[in-house]
Formats: sequence, C-alpha cells, structure tokens
Amino acid sequence: MDQTFLVNVFGSCDRCFKQRALRPVFKKSEQLNYCSLCVEIMAADGLHENETLASLKSEAESLKGKLEEERAKLHDVELHQVAERVEALGQFVMKTRRTLKGHGNKVLCMDWCKDKRRLVSSSQDGKVIVWDSFTTNKEHAVTMPCTWVMACAYAPSGCAIACGGLDNKCSVYPLTFDKNENMAAKKKSVAMHTNYLSACSFTNSDMQILTASGDGTCALWDVESGQLLQSFHGHGADVLCLDLAPSETGNTFVSGGCDKKAMVWDMRSGQCVQAFETHESDINSVRYYPSGDAFASGSDDATCRLYDLRADREVAIYSKESIIFGASSVDFSLSGRLLFAGYNDYTINVWDVLKGSRVSILFGHENRVSTLRVSPDGTAFCSGSWDHTLRVWA
Amino acid sequence: MSSRQKMPVINIEDLTEKDKLKMEVDQLKKEVTLERMLVSKCCEEFRDYVEERSGEDPLVKGIPEDKNPFKELKGGCVIS
Repeated sequence: MDQTFLVNVFGSCDRCFKQRALRPVFKKSEQLNYCSLCVEIMAADGLHENETLASLKSEAESLKGKLEEERAKLHDVELHQVAERVEALGQFVMKTRRTLKGHGNKVLCMDWCKDKRRLVSSSQDGKVIVWDSFTTNKEHAVTMPCTWVMACAYAPSGCAIACGGLDNKCSVYPLTFDKNENMAAKKKSVAMHTNYLSACSFTNSDMQILTASGDGTCALWDVESGQLLQSFHGHGADVLCLDLAPSETGNTFVSGGCDKKAMVWDMRSGQCVQAFETHESDINSVRYYPSGDAFASGSDDATCRLYDLRADREVAIYSKESIIFGASSVDFSLSGRLLFAGYNDYTINVWDVLKGSRVSILFGHENRVSTLRVSPDGTAFCSGSWDHTLRVWA
Repeated sequence: MSSRQKMPVINIEDLTEKDKLKMEVDQLKKEVTLERMLVSKCCEEFRDYVEERSGEDPLVKGIPEDKNPFKELKGGCVIS
C-alpha cells in the first residue's frame, strides 16, 4: 500500500500511546494525533461497523424466510374449512342491560372482579371507579395524580385494584369499606417504568403484578416489596397490551405492541418463546383463548386475528371490507365460540370464531369503544368508551 | 421505601439500531427451532373444544330473562 506523507511530528499516539510517527486527525474541531497503524485499524473498524449492521439485517431477513417456510410446511388447512360441519349460530339478541355513568372523560380501561358483578374502570379524567354492575352503584372512587389512567385491574381476591398511566407507574389500592378511610392514603406504588403504563394484570394472586409499558418492556413485580422480579425485553416499540395464560396452562403471557408483533413470554425465564408479526399496524389488544392453546388480537389495521400456539401461526382473520376502523379490544365468550371486538367506529362486532364470519354488530356507544371484557362466568360483557360511559351487554 | 429495585434502564428509544437488530436475530434463531403441530390437527382440536362447551355458553345459547342477573331493573335495587 502506497503511503507517502511528510512526517512532521514524532510522539505519543493518542490511541495506542506508543512512540511513533504521528498523523494529525481532526475530529470536529479537536486535533488528535495517531500513528499510521492506528489510523488503519480505525478505518477498518468503521467499515466493520457498517458491515455488521448490514449483515445483521440480512441475517434477520433470511431467518424470517426460514421461519415462514417451516410454518408453511404445516399449513394444510384453514380453520373455517375444518369448521364447515359445525352448526351455524342462531340469531343474537344482545342489548345494553346497564349503562354506567359517572366518568368525566374517556373511559380507557376496565376489568371484572371474580365475583362476576363488580368491575373497575379508569378514565382520562384521572378517576378510577369500582362499580356494582347489577345496581350501577359506585362503590369506590379514587383520583389519581395523573390524567390518562390507561390501565386498571381487579385483584383476584376482590380486595384491591391496580392502576396507572401517564405517571409511568402501577399503583395498588386496597379496597376498604370503612367510610372513614381514605382510599388514596393506603396507595402502594409497585411498578416504575420509564414511559407510560399501558396495561397491568395481577397474576394468580394479589401478590404479583404484570405490567406493559410505552418504554417497550413488560415486567413482573412483587406487590408487597415493589421489587422487580423479571423483565421482558423484545418489543421494538411501545407495548400496548398483555394477557396471562389461563392458570392451567402454565406460566406464560402474551403481549402486543406498536411494532405490530404479538409475543408470547415464559414468565420464569423472561424469554420470548414465540412471536407473530402478521398484523399491519399496532396491536391494541390480546386475549388468550379459554383453552390456552391460542390467542386473539385486535389491531389498528381493522382486523382481529387468531393465532394457534401449537401450530405456531395465524389460523384465522376476522375482517370485512366495510370495517376500516381499528379494533381496540377483544375478548372471547366462555366456550370460545364467539369473539367480541370493540372498534374505533363506535361499534362492537361479534365474530363466529370457528367460521370466521360476523354474527352481530352492536350499536350504542357514541364514541370509540376503548375496552371490552367478558364477565368471569360468561353471562355478560362490559364495554367502555370515549363517550364517558360503560355498558353491560347480555 | 429503601432498597427498591428500578427497571433496568431500558427505554426502547435509547437502544441503537444495531442493538435492536441483534435482539431480533437472537430471537429468530430460537424460534426457527420450535416444534410445530399440523394446522389441521390444531383446528380440529379447537373445533372439538368449542363444540363441547358452546352448549353451556350463556352468551351463545342466551339466558332466559328471569335467570339473567342483568335483567331490567324494575325500579329500586336488585336483591341477590
């Protein structure tokens, strides 16, 4: 290699510190002096860096291709074909049985209590309310220090609720029936993320909480000590939703995010065991199928999809050309035959999970449906909306 | 609250392109080796599971009005 240059300086190289003939190199406005050997090494490193990025990209692409191939090998049939001989569903008469009014702004999230009648809801107005859905009475109310309380959950015991949002935290409030006690006084801050809290759920007990955040991670926390037990990294953007597998099937949960991916995680190891990337936009909601072998997702791409975990692929897509607004929340009926989905066009569509067809469309809300959950015994479902109300349907 | 553990500081916006790609490649390598079941078999089991249970699914078969816990309130509270 030809190198001719005038050597003016001989001294200590700024990189290897050896006594060599030096070349001046300007970085921004600073002058550094490197020996010719170091100059060559740095040039090679720079090239190496770009090569590494490009080679990682092509490796990712080829792995994705291989994954597609493996999945396609087992794709011998569509779900609706297998369901052809299943009796079609009859006419549905589902209507609003209760309207819960009291929030001063958009309802963002809700969750049922295991007693099948109480539920908790949270709103953009900063309030979290516990309702008796049979009587529509408000049993508890707490005002959070932040607006946009995007997540709330009822504890399995029915004795506490968890919530959070723009405060980047998940806090637990024990529910007290003592009229003299201020609910906010017993508040316990459990989770701390570096961005907004988008979803939270207690595990099988009141002792642990799973959270999802705009910081791209999910995390498992001990409620009593506030200690981080496990963190889950893998999403490439905000995580918007999560759902725990039904307890019989073991320690996993599924999450969905703005990276269009749905990821299934092992809670003990923190590893992602399976990932699915077939949606064309943000995944707003994920829900396990009652058997635990599948899960459904709702997305801004206006579709809901069903993924079978043992086949490791999407097996059904619930969409119609006329549905162009995003699906914000999904949940299954008790047997899994029906999928209820709330949309940004103010409606709720009811899908026949097996046949892939829509069986009913429910009108009533006067703004986006933002949250939807079927009651624990499957006798009703509740929807929350940007119209400030919640509706119980049966 | 002493000794409180914070999230290992990972904010997705702080990760470099290279870090994210590495995470993705490592993850994909694991997934390619998964054992998978034939779709037809999965779907059949799925269908059987649903059929066994949909007879008892309140929202599928409907609930007689008098047994519905959410039946219309006739003024006053529902005592249960």
